[in-house]
Amino acid sequence: MTVTTETPDSTTAAGAPTALTGAARFVADFELFLRELPASEPATLTALRRMAIERFATLGFPTLRQEAWRQTNVSAISQGAFGRAQPGSAEPAADLSLLDPLVGPSGDTAARLVFVNGLLSKKLSSLAGLPEGVIVASLAEALRMPDAADIAAKIEPWLGQLARFDDQPFVALNTAFLSDGALVWVPQGVVVEQPIHVHYVSAPVDGELPLAVFPRNLFVAGEASQVTVVEAYSGEGCYFNCAVTELVAGPGSVVDHYKIQRESLEASHIATFQVQADRSCTPSSHSISIGGGLVRNDVIAVLDGEGINCTLNGLYLGEGKQVIDTHMRVEHAKPHCSSHELYKGVLDGEARAVFSGLIHVHPGAQKTDAKQSNRNLLLSPRAVANSNPQLEIFADDVRCTHGSTVGQLDDDAIFYLRSRGIGEEAARSLLTYAFASDVVERIKVDAVRKDLEELLFSRLPQGEVVRQAV
Amino acid sequence: MLQIKNLHVTVGGSEILRGIDLEVPTGEVHAIMGPNGSGKSTLARVLSGHEAYEVTEGEILFDSYSGQADLLDMDPEIRAREGVFMAFQYPVEIPGVSNTYFLKAALNAVRKHRGLPEIDAIDFLALVRQKMKLVQMEDSLLHRPVNEGFSGGEKKRNEIFHMAVLEPRLAVLDETDSGLDIDALRIVADGVNSLRQADRSFLVITHYQRLLDYIVPDRVHVLVDGRIVRSGGKELALELEAKGYAWLEATAAGTAAAQPVGA
Repeated sequence: MTVTTETPDSTTAAGAPTALTGAARFVADFELFLRELPASEPATLTALRRMAIERFATLGFPTLRQEAWRQTNVSAISQGAFGRAQPGSAEPAADLSLLDPLVGPSGDTAARLVFVNGLLSKKLSSLAGLPEGVIVASLAEALRMPDAADIAAKIEPWLGQLARFDDQPFVALNTAFLSDGALVWVPQGVVVEQPIHVHYVSAPVDGELPLAVFPRNLFVAGEASQVTVVEAYSGEGCYFNCAVTELVAGPGSVVDHYKIQRESLEASHIATFQVQADRSCTPSSHSISIGGGLVRNDVIAVLDGEGINCTLNGLYLGEGKQVIDTHMRVEHAKPHCSSHELYKGVLDGEARAVFSGLIHVHPGAQKTDAKQSNRNLLLSPRAVANSNPQLEIFADDVRCTHGSTVGQLDDDAIFYLRSRGIGEEAARSLLTYAFASDVVERIKVDAVRKDLEELLFSRLPQGEVVRQAV
Repeated sequence: MLQIKNLHVTVGGSEILRGIDLEVPTGEVHAIMGPNGSGKSTLARVLSGHEAYEVTEGEILFDSYSGQADLLDMDPEIRAREGVFMAFQYPVEIPGVSNTYFLKAALNAVRKHRGLPEIDAIDFLALVRQKMKLVQMEDSLLHRPVNEGFSGGEKKRNEIFHMAVLEPRLAVLDETDSGLDIDALRIVADGVNSLRQADRSFLVITHYQRLLDYIVPDRVHVLVDGRIVRSGGKELALELEAKGYAWLEATAAGTAAAQPVGA
């Protein structure tokens, strides 16, 4: 079979792309991939890609023998067979029905970027409503614009410089193959009132292998700016999303980041979210993980300035055989910063969750106030949660606390609710909702919070009673 | 309203209730008194349907909304919908569930069971305002999660408030006086008294006679070692207060030896 592509600036070699199976095939595919890239790509980026693929060639896919992956088996990826979307290929066919209701047209947005199978869909994207000077663009497009050199100069200090790939094989893989994603650039002092939505939709392509997609986002909030970004993932069928998001919170900025992961249950979703925070800024991250068969989220925040107030919250819901792994690392590099982490998990069926949370306080980071809490609710006897909080403290005047729990619904509470006339199933659902609600309530974007509430009502048995009772 | 016949209950293999016979006619207030460990709270929990207790013998006939039935055949929520209310000795804190909205859901579950339409938000609010006054409950407690951070007195008042909204046929008050100072006790008792009516019965379980100064019972039953050893008018409570439980515990031993179970 011959593949015909409508790729104006592609120099694709003839022949069908081979299936990507195992680390070596990804490495071998890299040279082909490079030839598909537009000639206008900045040389520094190409050099970065080469470093990344070399690192990936050395690291390979992680195995259970590695500490950071001890509890999560990635064989669905390392032994799967994937195809790769070609950069610059024609706009994929997709319709709005694929758009997740969480970021659907109902919510007010300053801008929306929609990527289908990793490539920008101009038809589904909209950039109206942005204040002057704010850049919201597809990364690939931005580097092809007339002022590409200017943009390249803007992103060069950050892109690939925050999310390290020396020991992170998936970050290395993403960096090597990054082809498109969202660039959000907010200049000094600018306030973007409405949230900016970035949505990745995946859908199977007839007769083709499941796709490996490498979304790459760079969000830069300038000094004293304010912005909210909602990053969402959803899809159908089998695919592998390997995402990296770098967020730069400039001095005094207020940045709220929401990640809504509702991938297909057949999909693998491996993502790194890296925050670089400068003095006196207030970054917050809310990570909602609902879909995906194999899910890994690395959340890393580096508090590299004084007076930072950082919030990292999350909620993961698992059922069936889902595996949801969250690895957090908060680095207090400077004094007088606070970080608050609240991650909650609700696990049903045979779902398995891993939570590893590290708070690392550097020497001299005095008056650090760090708090980490991970709570897991098991709804089924076969659901499992492993929670592993860690502190590494190299300063002597700090306050660091962590707590983790794994438990079931409280029988006394169920009985109390039933004794008032609430049915058993509804009582269980009500308590489950209540467990998750303190993370949900902290979501400040109304449309996102309400959609999540609705999702919970529809997912919980007797959700109508819950809707009435909360 | 309520007829308990030869009720035997075991918990974890040991028999706690050893043949209870008790009848509470419609509209009456009956008190169950007894020393610690006599089975008072077990009786309350069995009436409300707690699953930790195994009923090995007996029946509990109840004039429910749907007619007379054995309570033991009903799940806890069905009992509630059929008109049983239990005021807990230790009301459970439920973070994340609003006291008001939860109560609205409970009331609607009860109403649905009885074939009534759901109450709308405005009518519900009016109802809540009216019932709150009965126990002098503060507005702020409405909007807080169920019992979370409530003081001991606030929790007990909240129980009576729930009862007032749900309007049961039979209310079981399990040591509602425990942990209350005299002012709180008066408020709770006044609330209960205001809910006394011809078609509603009460079973008031208490260790101390003090509560019965405020909620004056029609009958008093003394429970010792899983059996009712003495029943009488309200003056029995006073006699117990004067003589202590030891007086009846001694007779109980004799009674048990002399009379077969259920006598």
